[in-house]
Amino acid sequence: MKTSLQKKRTKKIIYYVVIILISITFLIPIYMAFITSLKGRAEINLATAWKLPKKITFVGYTNAITTLGPYLKNSIILTVSATVISSFLGAINGYIFSKNKFKGSELIFTLMLFGMFIPYQIILIPLFTALRTLHFTGLKGLILAHVVYGIPIVTMLFRNFYDQIPNSILESGRIDGANYFTVFTMLILPLSIPSFVVVGIWQFTQIWNEFLWAICLTSQETNPITVGLSQLSGGQAVAWNDSMAGAIISAIPVLCIYIFLGKYFIQGLLSGSVKG
Amino acid sequence: MSKKNSREKLYSVLILLPSIILVSIFVYGFIGTTIYSSMTDWKGMSANPVKNFIGWDNYKTLFTSFIQIGFRQDLVNTVFYTLILLFGTLILGLFLAILLDRQVRYEAVYRTIFLYPMALSFIVSGTVWRWLLAPSGGLNVIPTWFGGEKGTFQWISSKVQILQFNWQNIFQIISALLLVIFIFVLISSIKSGNKKEKIKYSIICGFFALFTFVVLPLLPPPLAEKEMHGFNLATIGIIFAGVWQYSGYAMALYLAGLRGLSGSIRESARLDGANEFMYYWKIAIPNLRPITMSAVVIMAHISLKMFDLIYAMAGTDNEFTGHPSVRMYTTTFRANKFALGSAMAVILFLFAALFIIPYIIRSHKERG
Repeated sequence: MKTSLQKKRTKKIIYYVVIILISITFLIPIYMAFITSLKGRAEINLATAWKLPKKITFVGYTNAITTLGPYLKNSIILTVSATVISSFLGAINGYIFSKNKFKGSELIFTLMLFGMFIPYQIILIPLFTALRTLHFTGLKGLILAHVVYGIPIVTMLFRNFYDQIPNSILESGRIDGANYFTVFTMLILPLSIPSFVVVGIWQFTQIWNEFLWAICLTSQETNPITVGLSQLSGGQAVAWNDSMAGAIISAIPVLCIYIFLGKYFIQGLLSGSVKG
Repeated sequence: MSKKNSREKLYSVLILLPSIILVSIFVYGFIGTTIYSSMTDWKGMSANPVKNFIGWDNYKTLFTSFIQIGFRQDLVNTVFYTLILLFGTLILGLFLAILLDRQVRYEAVYRTIFLYPMALSFIVSGTVWRWLLAPSGGLNVIPTWFGGEKGTFQWISSKVQILQFNWQNIFQIISALLLVIFIFVLISSIKSGNKKEKIKYSIICGFFALFTFVVLPLLPPPLAEKEMHGFNLATIGIIFAGVWQYSGYAMALYLAGLRGLSGSIRESARLDGANEFMYYWKIAIPNLRPITMSAVVIMAHISLKMFDLIYAMAGTDNEFTGHPSVRMYTTTFRANKFALGSAMAVILFLFAALFIIPYIIRSHKERG
C-alpha cells in the first residue's frame, strides 16, 4: 500500500517537473527580450546575454519610443478604425446569414468564407495597383484592405454567435411589434455585446500584428508599427537593446488584451475553428 | 404575409450586397486578375503598363530556367516548413493539452504561458528569436551550462543541406510518396474489411506503382541538367520559432476537444480497465479527429504566412531560408517583375488550395 502511494507521489513530482520545465522554455524569449531591453549598449555581448543587467538603463526604451512613436500612432488609427467598421459589418451580415436565411444564402456564405483562407499573395498585386490607380493609398487603403478581407471571418464569428440565440426570442419580439430592423437593433444588438468583445479582440490582434499589406501598401509616413519594428531591428549592426525594447513596446497592447481579456481571446480562437 | 416576406428577403439581399460586391471584386476578381497577369509579360507599375499575353512562359521560367533555381529550392523549403510546423505544433500541442487535461493545479497559469506567443506578431517574435539564435550566442551558449562545448551551429545562415535529391526525379519522388501513402490507406482498408474500398485502393496503388517505376522513367526529365535540392538546415531555427509560437494554439484546440469528451466516456474506459495511456491513445485521440482536421488546415495556412517570420529573422535576401512568398515580394516590389511575381503567387495559391478546398466543401456540406 505504501509503495503504491510513494509511486503515485514520484509520478506526480515528475509530472510537475515536466510541466514547469516546459513553461520555462516557453518563457525564455520573453525573459531574454526583457533583460536585453534594460541593458546599455556596451553591456550587450553574447557572453553575458543570459545574465541580468548589471546596471538597469532605459536608453533602449527612450530610443525605441523616439523611433517608433509615429508608427505607433499610425497603428492605433488603423487598428481602431478597421476593427470598429468590420465588427459592425460582421454583425449585420451575421444577422442575415443566421436569422434571415434565403435561398442561396448558404452558398453565398461558403463563397465568402473562401476569402478567409487564401494566401494573400494571390490578391496582393491587383490590390496594390487598384489602390494606386484610385489614389486610395496610405492608411485609408490599408483600412479598406483590412475591412474587406476581414468580412469572411467577422461574418462567420457573428453567424456562429447568432445561431445560438433561439428563434423564439425573435418571434416573440415580432409579436410585440418589432419589425425586421428593430429586431436587430433592439433585440439582437444588446445580446451581442460579448460577441462584439470577441470579434473586436480578434480583429484588433490580427490587424495590429499584420505585416505583409503594411509593408506593401503604405509608405514611410503611413507605416504601422510592425514595419517600424522590422526597420528598427533589420540590417546588420543592430542595437539589440533598442530592438528588444521596440519588440516589447509593440507587443504590449496585444499582450495586455491577452492577459486581461484572455477568456474572450481564446473564445475567438476556438469559435472560428472547432465548429467546422 | 408573403408580401412582407418577400420585402424582407429584399432587405436581406440589399444589406448583404455591399459585402458580396466587395468580396467578389477583392477576392474572386483579384484572383482572376493575378492568374491573368501571370500569363503576361507585365513589367511593373507605369503610366501605361504594357501587358502582352505570353501563355505559360513565366511558369516555364520558374520551373526550368537556371536563373530561377532559387525558386525551386523555395518550393522544397515550403514543403519542409509546412510539414515540420504541422507535425511539430500538433504533436507538442496535443502533448500539452493532455498534460493540462489531468486536473493540474494552477492550470490557468500554464495555459496562459503556453498560449501567449500566439498573441504576438511574427515580427515581434522574429525579432526576439533572431537575437536568441544569433551566431555563437543565445541558444548556442546553453551547452556550456552543463559543462559542454559552446555550440557552433549557424542557425540562420547554415549552408548545410540534407536529404538531397535531384530535381530531374521530382515527378518520380512525388509519385513514390503518393504510392507509400496509398499503401498505408490500402492496409487500413484491408484491416477494416471493406471490400469496395480494398479494390478501389488496390487500383490506385497499382496506378502509382506503374507510374513511378515504368511510365515516368521512360519520359524525358523535366530539366536538362542535374540539379540538387534538399532540406536546408538554416530553416530549422525559423521552424523552431514557428512551433514555439503556434503549439499553444493547437493545445487550445485539443484541450477544448478533450474537455468536450464527456466524463462518462472516461469513466467507462476506466471501468473497462484502460489506464491513462490507453484512454488517450485508444479513445480520446481518435475522438479528436475533427479537431485535428481543422488544426491541419489552420497550421498549413499559417505556414504559408511565414513571410513575416522569415522577413524578421533572416531578411529577404537569405538564399537558404527562402520561401515563395518572400521571393514573390522581392520579385514584384524590388525587381518590378509583376508578371513573374503573379506566377509565384498563383503557385502559392494552388499549394494552399490543396488544403482549403476540401475543408471548405466539407464544412459547407455539414451546414447542410
